[in-house]
Amino acid sequence: MDFTFSEDQLLFQDSVRDFLVNEITPERLRAGWDTDSGREPALWQQLAELGLTGMTVPEEHDGLGMTALDFVLLAQECGYVALPESLVNHALVGVPLLRDIGGELAASWLPRAASGEARIVVALEQNLLAEDAHVADLLLLEQGGQLYALEQGQFACEHNQSIDPGRRLFTVTVNEGVAPVLTGERAAELRSASLNRGALGCAAQALGLAQRMVDLSVAYTTDRKQFGKPIGSFQAVKHHLANVAVKLEYAKAPVYRAAYAVAEDATSAAGHVAHAKLAACEAANLAAKNSIQVHGAMGYTWEVDLHIFMKKAWALANTWGDAGFHKQQVAQAIFAEDAVLGAGATFQ
Amino acid sequence: MNLSYTEQQQAFREEVRAWLAEHVPAEPLQSFDTAEGFRQHRDWEATLNQGRWGMVTWPETLGGRGCDLIEWLIFEEEYYRARAPLRVNQNGIFLLGPTLMEYGTDEQKERFLPAMAEGRDIWAQGWSEPGAGSDMAAIRSSARREGDKYIINGQKTWSTRAVWADWLFGMFRTDPESERHRGLTFILVPLQTPGITVRPIPQLDGLPGFAEIFFDNVEVDVNNRLGDEGAGWAVAMATAGFERGLMLRSPARFQETARRLVQLYLENEATASQDPAIKEAVIRAWLDAESYCLSTYQTACRLSQGGKIGAESSTNKIFWSELDQNMHATAMSILGARAELLSHAPAAQGVGKWLDGWLFSQSGPIYAGTNEIQRNIIAERMLGMPR
Repeated sequence: MDFTFSEDQLLFQDSVRDFLVNEITPERLRAGWDTDSGREPALWQQLAELGLTGMTVPEEHDGLGMTALDFVLLAQECGYVALPESLVNHALVGVPLLRDIGGELAASWLPRAASGEARIVVALEQNLLAEDAHVADLLLLEQGGQLYALEQGQFACEHNQSIDPGRRLFTVTVNEGVAPVLTGERAAELRSASLNRGALGCAAQALGLAQRMVDLSVAYTTDRKQFGKPIGSFQAVKHHLANVAVKLEYAKAPVYRAAYAVAEDATSAAGHVAHAKLAACEAANLAAKNSIQVHGAMGYTWEVDLHIFMKKAWALANTWGDAGFHKQQVAQAIFAEDAVLGAGATFQ
Repeated sequence: MNLSYTEQQQAFREEVRAWLAEHVPAEPLQSFDTAEGFRQHRDWEATLNQGRWGMVTWPETLGGRGCDLIEWLIFEEEYYRARAPLRVNQNGIFLLGPTLMEYGTDEQKERFLPAMAEGRDIWAQGWSEPGAGSDMAAIRSSARREGDKYIINGQKTWSTRAVWADWLFGMFRTDPESERHRGLTFILVPLQTPGITVRPIPQLDGLPGFAEIFFDNVEVDVNNRLGDEGAGWAVAMATAGFERGLMLRSPARFQETARRLVQLYLENEATASQDPAIKEAVIRAWLDAESYCLSTYQTACRLSQGGKIGAESSTNKIFWSELDQNMHATAMSILGARAELLSHAPAAQGVGKWLDGWLFSQSGPIYAGTNEIQRNIIAERMLGMPR
């Protein structure tokens, strides 16, 4: 029993965090909102140079051969800066799905995915819309129980504007005559695995987003004075943020355990992921709610950075399975006749 | 990361399970807040100790098994699974014991630890006073040094288990000129000493689970002092740290409550499902109990690898106390009109121990430092907010 990350995993997290915090500033995010694509090929290339696009690509396809467990801490850091690039989708969902589809498709795309030359994007029906379909070099789309592998030109996409200006969401229509790569049971299997991975990615990002909102709120309430004191010295304000800290602290271990289960391909992964996503998104939603409250009117503006993180947290809470879906997953597990619950059952 | 138990850990679990299956009393003991129940629980502590299961984390030389934190968690899981009796001496074994190991002299360890382990000495706490609750540094009860004695005067209150306990550990002001955290000393007091009056205080269930203690020129040997004179605050913080930390409330307790809650829901689904909020609360209870377990394992693994418990541990008391309240509130909702009935009432079929648990859960956010105090600690020490 060892529920800790290795030193290497933690060191990599640190270096990725340093890079992201320096590079992905709120100013840069705001500048990106006004561009057509909202994405920066140069930044994607930088992420590739750090090894992030190839992390989960198997070694025989020029990647680092790492797992969801190696990536989860990095996804958390992507959340911390509200990274708009679809790196989490690419590395945590797209690459493993491509690997699982296998064959010619995987062999031709995985090396390019590793180098960053190709962005892989997965979109499931559960998501309603496809994120970043406009910049996907390969869009792995599930529609009507079938799985398509689409290059630009094989589908049409229509932009749907989100309240989060960093998100780019599209309705996708597959061109006539394009055949699916997988159907039937195997497609359903891979769809479920992808849903687990996508939801895990949301959960990890939600942890980072929640932490960022807490940090912004602590800084703001330390700086802002009323009644001659920093407002952060008042207990009513302190307790709002302490409540977030409690929720966030207890959301972490479920996310890491879910990452472990996904990496191990455990049959229980869906239940663990559901737990992780519910706990982390609730923490992020509470962080948003309490952060806007302690920011006062400032928090209600476009000008203060809080909304960047708040809106992303709101969006992630309802994508890759909303709370209702994931609660249903949990309910099926715990109300099942053969469910083994209680003390000692957690790791059995 | 590797989230499976080693063969050795599995074997340990089997060993605990087998011993408990053989020794846990078939009939539940009476409440340890009754004279008879207290005696039964004291006997149970002796039985546990005979099997060397009383204090598994203690060193073998002191009757323990030198278990690491993961084995301790496994022990607790099996203990709660087996529905073994609550630990009447938890003040001693979980709070004072570790403090004694850190601050006690060899003579004190020898004198107190084995008797504690055997259940011969049951310990009560003596922290709070009428004027010193959340503000513990406002303690006024005094211990005046006279030769090799302390003369204690004053009053302690909310002293858990004090009605039938043998000893009390607490903090007293040894320097009358001192203020706040300075000049306090940690002293161990035999409750049979002349000059002590214990007034039982009935709790919500009507039983005297705690007491008020009056000290009128009570003489205590100087060698009952734990740590240096005037250093009581540091010693007390170590004890409070253990209390808030892992030892007092292991996840197993809450996971068993969550399991029984799922069962209760299923048994009463026809009525309980009419309120969709109940199902939601059951799901949440189970998830939160799991979260508490996962997080505790994570902390235990980090500590075993030489990590330190940080300010984030202040979050744990809020988490488990609110979880406990929520789970019992949900059970009360499921039981509906039966919820208020004492278990021996003729119409009280299937109510189990939920009412007792509900009452006890009300104390969770209050004792061991109120949750408001915990929130201040989190805000200031973990988040770095201004004082």
